[in-house]
Amino acid sequence: MTTKMMGEPVARVEDDRLVTGRGRYADDLAPEALEMAVLRSPHAHARIVSIDVDAVLDVAGVHAVYTYEDLEGALAEPLPLLIPHPNLTHGRTQYALAKDEVNYVGEAIAIVIADNRYLAEDAVGLIEVQYEFLPPVVGIDAARAAENLVHDDVPGNVAATMEQSFGDPEADIGGAPHRLTFDLEIERSACMPMEGRGTVARWDPDLKRMSVWSSTQTSTGVRAAVATKLGLDLSQVDVITPDVGGGFGVKIVHPWPEEVLVPMAAKVLGRPVKFTEDRREHFISSAHERGQQQHIDVGFDDDGRILGLSVQFWHDNGAYTPYGLIVPIITSTQLIGPYKLPSYRVVFQSLYTNTVIVTPYRGAGRPQGVFAMERTMDAIAAYLGKDRTEVREVNFIQPDEFPYAHGELSFQDGRPLIYDSGNYPEMMRKAKALVDWDEFEKVRDEARAEGRKVGIGIACYVEGTGVGPYEGGHVQIETSGKVKVSTGLTTQGQGHETAFAQIVADELGVRFEDIQVVTGDTRRSPYSVGTFASRAAVMSGSAVALAARAAKAKALRLAADALEVDVDDLEIVDGIVRVKGAPASQIALGTLAVLSNPLRYAFDEASRAATQFAVGDPTKPPVAEDDEPGLEGKDYYSPMRSTFASGIHIVIVETDPETAEVSILKYAVVHDCGTLINPRIVEGQVHGGVAQGVGGALYERMAYDETGQLQNASFMDFLMPYVTEVPESIEIDHLETPSPLNPLGLKGAGEAGVIPGAAAFASAIEDAENFTITSMPISPSELYALRLSKATDTATERTNT
Amino acid sequence: MTMSPTTAEPVETIRLRVNGVTHEAQVPPRRLLSDALRHDLGLTGTHVGCEHGVCGACTILVDGQPMRSCLMFAVSAQDYELTTVEGLTRPDGSLGPVQQAFKDCHGLQCGFCTPGFITTITAGIAENPDPDRAEARDMISGNLCRCTGYQNIVASVLRAAEIQREDAQNGDGEEQGR
Amino acid sequence: MKPAAFTFQRPTELSEALAAYAANPGAKILAGGQSLIPLMSMRLTTVSELIDINGIGELSFIEASEAGVRFGALARHAELHAHEEARRVQPMLHAALSHVAHATIRNRGTTVGSIVHADASGEMPVVLTLLGGTLTVASTEGRREIAADDLFIGPLETALESGEIAVEAFVPALPARHGIAFDEIARRHGDYALCGLGVVLGLTEDGGIESVRAGYISVTETPIVVDLTECFPDGIDASSLVAAGEKALEQLEPEGDIHASAEYRAQLARTLTARVITAAHADAKARLFQEVTA
Repeated sequence: MTTKMMGEPVARVEDDRLVTGRGRYADDLAPEALEMAVLRSPHAHARIVSIDVDAVLDVAGVHAVYTYEDLEGALAEPLPLLIPHPNLTHGRTQYALAKDEVNYVGEAIAIVIADNRYLAEDAVGLIEVQYEFLPPVVGIDAARAAENLVHDDVPGNVAATMEQSFGDPEADIGGAPHRLTFDLEIERSACMPMEGRGTVARWDPDLKRMSVWSSTQTSTGVRAAVATKLGLDLSQVDVITPDVGGGFGVKIVHPWPEEVLVPMAAKVLGRPVKFTEDRREHFISSAHERGQQQHIDVGFDDDGRILGLSVQFWHDNGAYTPYGLIVPIITSTQLIGPYKLPSYRVVFQSLYTNTVIVTPYRGAGRPQGVFAMERTMDAIAAYLGKDRTEVREVNFIQPDEFPYAHGELSFQDGRPLIYDSGNYPEMMRKAKALVDWDEFEKVRDEARAEGRKVGIGIACYVEGTGVGPYEGGHVQIETSGKVKVSTGLTTQGQGHETAFAQIVADELGVRFEDIQVVTGDTRRSPYSVGTFASRAAVMSGSAVALAARAAKAKALRLAADALEVDVDDLEIVDGIVRVKGAPASQIALGTLAVLSNPLRYAFDEASRAATQFAVGDPTKPPVAEDDEPGLEGKDYYSPMRSTFASGIHIVIVETDPETAEVSILKYAVVHDCGTLINPRIVEGQVHGGVAQGVGGALYERMAYDETGQLQNASFMDFLMPYVTEVPESIEIDHLETPSPLNPLGLKGAGEAGVIPGAAAFASAIEDAENFTITSMPISPSELYALRLSKATDTATERTNT
Repeated sequence: MTMSPTTAEPVETIRLRVNGVTHEAQVPPRRLLSDALRHDLGLTGTHVGCEHGVCGACTILVDGQPMRSCLMFAVSAQDYELTTVEGLTRPDGSLGPVQQAFKDCHGLQCGFCTPGFITTITAGIAENPDPDRAEARDMISGNLCRCTGYQNIVASVLRAAEIQREDAQNGDGEEQGR
Repeated sequence: MKPAAFTFQRPTELSEALAAYAANPGAKILAGGQSLIPLMSMRLTTVSELIDINGIGELSFIEASEAGVRFGALARHAELHAHEEARRVQPMLHAALSHVAHATIRNRGTTVGSIVHADASGEMPVVLTLLGGTLTVASTEGRREIAADDLFIGPLETALESGEIAVEAFVPALPARHGIAFDEIARRHGDYALCGLGVVLGLTEDGGIESVRAGYISVTETPIVVDLTECFPDGIDASSLVAAGEKALEQLEPEGDIHASAEYRAQLARTLTARVITAAHADAKARLFQEVTA
């Protein structure tokens, strides 16, 4: 082929429409739609005594008001528990509209459908609800204390207890030359895509068909949920993902109450209905993540080699568990990182609180796990007086040890935790080179002599990416020679239209410009899972590659017949199949598409060539027995298990001696996501992840008060970084260790950038301040408080034995 | 329960001049300018990210100055020349300098915040045609982006200024952002 | 997040606006709206009637003279910030306005509006107080001037009476031998300050300290100015700066919130006191040098 597209920093095909205002996001659709507003609980924990909607009934422009009483059939049942798990003994999900009880501020109680959102909000304000207050459980301490219960029938507020282990960590830790125990804490943050949730639905009474557009990370998931909840056949429901203004995890949850209520209302009212979530709603009624308390017990030798590790942690899952135990399971397994542990035990409790639900946010439990392990590495280094990189290196899995199995642990996909490939020592070499690690001690000492505080921090991670079960690809060559590609998972800014076209261009031998990719449309791809767990490139990238190969095989077979040559003598270049070494003997893919579909009726010039009096061997059926019409390829990719990307972040910070403000002097990333499809897109993912890491380390937290009110439910007070808060530049070096598990050697890249952020900053601030950091995020106010407490109390949190 | 709609609230006729075209719309006084642009005029390129003036996604140019369209009422916007992202293409419909720069530099991912950045930067490089890196950062310091980590947006500012200067040299600097 | 319904008037003459306001004292005045509209959208404020004064051309002015700077109710932060003559006459305006929100907000928001919002976390109420400025208000009864010291009577509360519209503000020029500095610390660039401080420092003819006045932001419920002159009998040095910080804290009431503890705000007040007085001192010396050499 002429121009290789894989690995090239191709400009995105999405951009032309998005930079000119021609993108189509959910709220841009169906301008004629009625709009929905939601009455949400103002209380964290209460019984609903009564709901009076009478005042709404006469409001001009209002079309309907619904409460739980109006829900029928499956809609009146609790929303699905999406990922059941045997250990989730007390899983609970909410109702689409609250039945009898509310368990967090923001829980949906009633909806109003009106001519527009203004009128709908007016009407919501007229609904009167009488509550009987119940004591709220807010924060992990309160959940653990269990003096009050979130759900009456869930003792101890414990949704699940789960333990996994290999080896005998108690014996190994007890017998180790050195042992450290300490406690860590990490607070809640959230995805905060710039576009909130949004759903539009239109019921066609003639076709008896429901069309739903939703700002989701899983169109097939929403489709199944809508069909089930509304009592429709799956074949009556289409779900189309329009342009989506960011997801970062929150939009994988489905169905949101609104995602089933909007179609319900559209069907009842016979009018298109739209719900566009506003920012305050996004804070109090979508999802959060991160909040955990951790207890670490580690035994190690004189070199810092871990001999046994035992971790216990408490995970705040919010008021309900629709997404099962995915986040804490990921924490508990990905905590191990790039290290070899002789023995390991992890026990966690997933706890209910009267707060917004907790579901994956980019990183999905890994930032907490990495925090635990990397704080442990730093603690060991500090205890032994060793360089922090040396302690990590001595524990690394070596390149010749792959595939590497961590005992019998099982990962979030229920499959054994086996790393496929990686080169951690080389990654460390590259990372140290990016920041001149070995010279930093001198830099720090010189700064201290000037009265300045600078510090360097490091964090390593391994990220299981590309989890199953499967994704599909469909490649269709049209008679024009244009290639239409479809895959079912969705896009929220990752440039799938570009990256998947790059793959197909190379696999099929067609020009990049001739390829058009569609994602997240159940009319084109009814079988799919969704976009999460850094899986799109691995899963759909592999699937479209396989589908392109299938289409290519058919094209070559047809061409071999037409040109009367052997298939092996053919190649495809720029959409033309030609004989190797004799390029004059050729046939265009478009022509083959014509020939692949024997016709009775001509409808244009090209199709004339395929009609029954024009082509075909009269001795054979027009379509061979084992063939089908059309020049298409379809295939699915379903891996045995996840592939494991890895990376190291190093950050250099300066802390103001007076104001405790933290400024970032340098940020460096080494990143291994296997084969790169589009390095520009991958770097963009890393940049964005790093910025969210900065947010999670230094700025963002969900500040609940003891009554369960979220005190900072706005962009004024939830401090997402502006450009002024992120590093001025991010140094990136790539390492490409291909995965042996998929046809292109891909590993996921989407979440990586955010994962080690909190751990790296804790390490750097600790280095600058010379005292231990055990809780993230950290604000200047908190750092100042730590300085004061360290000045008066030199005792360390760690019990050294 | 459902009910039949009667009449909604009183509206008044307003004229908004957007991207050089005068539009008429019937809106109640409380209609936010962002909603009027999007839903009454169908100019959905202007996005709404927070509706409290912090994120900058809804930024448009008001007489050439960037302002939050969610912090103005449509009825108050009748005296001004408004420019939205749709109005920043070249006269032939091809990408304007800032739009082209975002594509060249991978300055966007999901694209939701992008229109607010593009309008802001258009005004910024009109005022300062040759910003340095620090000035580029300052220019975009009031807009939130959750995808890009801003690195490539800063690069886009510098690239946009470069394209604009090239345009000026080539004498084809058609008037942008009326 | 959509505002509740209201009736709307858009007078083009001040007299019309005053008449409308007199007729409905429950109405609200809309100038820049950058604080009011988000409150309305979140329905934290409901307004029965909105009187939009943006069409009243006579309120849109900035006049700088040797006496000081006078600016109308429609002078946008950005216009005042960019006004070279205003900056020369009273440099504190430019210095403080640099810290008001983000540039895009400053393009629409008005300085007079910010003053009458009377938020002690805002820059401009404190600046008006620090500079000894005045606010002119008008009603159908006539006009009156309110000195800054009499203007801010409580948290988010001013001495404006029913039917009165703030029409302009005046700040006197920076006197000879005086210097200024302004700084603040916010969580993010452009956020409300955790603590902020503007200082006007006067020198004696021989370069000694004549006066030090400091206006603090976000550490009291109403705008506050502290006279710290007595802390510097022998000029400015490390220990006098520390003393000034402690002296100021006697009058400040820093409170804790989700962004900063009370102790931390106090620490910022201390730190900024030293930093900003030092900067104002340097500014005063530079101006004195210019005045002498001019």
